[in-house]
Amino acid sequence: MPWLSRSYLALVYLLLYVPIVVLVVFSFNDSRTGYNWGGFSLRWYESLFNNHAMVQAMWNSLWLALTAATVSTCIGALTALALHRYRFRGKKALNGMLFVVMMSPEIVLAISLLGLFLLLGLKLGYVSLLLAHVTFCLPFVVITVMARLTGFDERLPEAARDLGASDFTMTRTVLIPVIMPALMAGWLLGFTLSMDDVVVSTFVSGPSYEILPLRIYSMVRVGLKPEVNALGTLLLVFSLAMLMLSQWILSRSKQ
Amino acid sequence: MTKTLLSLSGISKQFDGKTVLDELSLKIDDGEFITLLGPSGCGKTTLLRMMAGFELPDRGTVTLSGMDITQTPPESRPLNTVFQNYALFPHMSVFDNVAYGLKMEKRPKAEIRERVEEALAMVQLEDFARRKPHQLSGGQQQRVAIARAVVKRPKMLLLDEPLSALDYKLRRTMQVELKRLQRELGITFVFVTHDQEEALSMSDRIVVLKDGYIQQLGTPREVYERPANVFTARFVGQTNFFPGRVTAIAGERISVDVFGLNRELSMPSFRVTMNQPLHVLLRPEDIRVLAPDDTEGVAGKIVERNYKGSTLDSVIELEDGSQVMASEFFDEDDPTFDYSIGERVRVSWVDGWEWLLAEEGDEPLTDEEELAADDAEH
Repeated sequence: MPWLSRSYLALVYLLLYVPIVVLVVFSFNDSRTGYNWGGFSLRWYESLFNNHAMVQAMWNSLWLALTAATVSTCIGALTALALHRYRFRGKKALNGMLFVVMMSPEIVLAISLLGLFLLLGLKLGYVSLLLAHVTFCLPFVVITVMARLTGFDERLPEAARDLGASDFTMTRTVLIPVIMPALMAGWLLGFTLSMDDVVVSTFVSGPSYEILPLRIYSMVRVGLKPEVNALGTLLLVFSLAMLMLSQWILSRSKQ
Repeated sequence: MTKTLLSLSGISKQFDGKTVLDELSLKIDDGEFITLLGPSGCGKTTLLRMMAGFELPDRGTVTLSGMDITQTPPESRPLNTVFQNYALFPHMSVFDNVAYGLKMEKRPKAEIRERVEEALAMVQLEDFARRKPHQLSGGQQQRVAIARAVVKRPKMLLLDEPLSALDYKLRRTMQVELKRLQRELGITFVFVTHDQEEALSMSDRIVVLKDGYIQQLGTPREVYERPANVFTARFVGQTNFFPGRVTAIAGERISVDVFGLNRELSMPSFRVTMNQPLHVLLRPEDIRVLAPDDTEGVAGKIVERNYKGSTLDSVIELEDGSQVMASEFFDEDDPTFDYSIGERVRVSWVDGWEWLLAEEGDEPLTDEEELAADDAEH
C-alpha cells in the first residue's frame, strides 16, 4: 500500500513544517493580530530593527555563542586528545564526569552554577554567561572529537614524525586537519546550544547583558507580538545558512 | 667489502613485564635487502620500530654508520618507514603526501616539485599526483607510501609488512617491483614479514625471529636448506621430520637408522654420540615416491593427492602411522608417476639431500598449533 506509507510520510512532514511555514508567512502579515491575513508587509521587520533593545540582545547572543563555542572547542579538543592519547589515573572518572554534565537536568546545572557564582562573588553578566555556556557545551565537543579520534589511524602521527616533522608540526599539519570536521561539528553544536539556551541563561544572566532567548521569552509573556515572527524567520534563515555552510565545508574536506 | 650500516647490540625490551626482545644483536650491511621473518609476537615489528625510533630499548644501543642513535627521535633519523596500512595523510593529495618529507627539510619549491615528480615516476604514478589517497587502489596507495619514504633519499628503508593488505597476485607484482626499486636506489631495505615465501624470494639475508631471539641469520638458501633448529625448519617451508638414531660413527660419515633403513650420511655440524636420536629433515621436493615393488625405501600408501599445476603433492602414510609430504614435478612420460589414493608405494630420497638436527629439549609447536596461536593473538 504505497499510498498509505506516502500519506503517512506527508503527515509527518506536515506536522513538522506547518508551524514553521505559519511563522514565516505571518512575519510578512500586515495585520496586527495573528489570526487574519492583512496583506504583505515588512513592517514587523522594520519595527524589529528599530527596537534597540532587541537588536542589542541579538548581538549579545551572537557574541556569546561565538565565544562560548570557540572556548569550548579549544578546551574540548584538548580534553579529547588527552583522553585519547594518554593513560593516566582518573581517566575513567573524567570521562564519566563529562556524561554527568551532559545528562543531568539543565535546571540542576543552572542552580549549581548560580550558587557557585554567588559564592565567588562574580557579577552576573557576560562572564558568568560565558562560563556557564562553556560548561554545558564542553561535553558535546569532547564527545564529537573523541568519536573522530577513535577512527584516527595511529600510524599517521608516526608517519609524520618519520618524515621529519616535530611533534608540534605534526599536530599542526596532520592531526588538526584530519580532525577538523569534528572540530567544526563540535563548534557548530556549541554555537547552537549556546544560541538557544534559556534555562541556564535565566539563572546566570544579569541586567547588564541581555541575550536574545531571554528577550524573546519576556516579550511573549505579555502577548505574542508579530515582531517575534519576524525574529523567528531571521533566526531560521541564519541557522539554515549555518547548516549549509557546515555541509559545504564537510563535503569539501571529503574530496 | 660490505660495510655495516646499522648495528643493534644487546637490545632488550619489555612491554608490561613481558620480554619482547632479549639481548638481541644484529648488524645490517649497507645496500642489502634484509628480512625480519617470524610469527606474530616474535618481536620483529618492535625491532623495526626501534630502528625507526618509535620505541626505545630498555637496554642496548642502536648505531647508524658508527653514530649512536639510540635516543635520537624518529624525525632526526635518516631512515624512513613504509607502514603496514600505508598511513597516507588522507587530507593531502598524492603530491603533497610525497612532498611532506621534503617540506619538513624546507627545500626550495622547485626542488620539491622535481624530486616528487621523479619519485612518482619511479613508482609509475606520475598521472595520479592530484588525486587523494582514498581515490587510489590498495596497490597504488602502497606505491605512494613507498614514494613518500624514498623521496627523502634515506640511508635505509624500513618496511613493516607492507604487502600484507594486498591480494596474492598484486603482492607478487609488488615483490618484484620492490626488488627492482632496491636495486635501482641502492638503499638498504629492512623488510618485516610473517610470510616465509615472500622472505625467501626477496631477501639477500633473512633473520628468523621467535620470542625475541634470533633463531637463524643467513641467506634464503641457507635458511631453507640448512635450518639451524627445529623452529626454523618448521616455520620456513614445509618439512618432513623423520626420527633417526645414530648407529655408527666413522670419521666424517655416520650411519643413521630411519624407519628401519640404515642410511650412511655425512657428519652434521654438531657433535653426535652413538644411539643419539636425531631429526632427519627432508623437504617434500626431496622425497622420491617409488613403485611398491622397488627395493629401496619405506613402504606406505597414498592418502592424499593434490594437483598443483607444476607439481603433484601427495601425503603418504607409512606403516607406523606417520605421514610424509612429497612434492614431485610433473612428468607425463613417467608411467609410475600417477598413483591414486590408497595405492601402495615406497618412499625414499637421494642420499645427501637430507639435513640433520639434534633433538631439542622443548620442541616447538607444529604448524597447526602455531597457526592456532597466531589466530588467538589477533
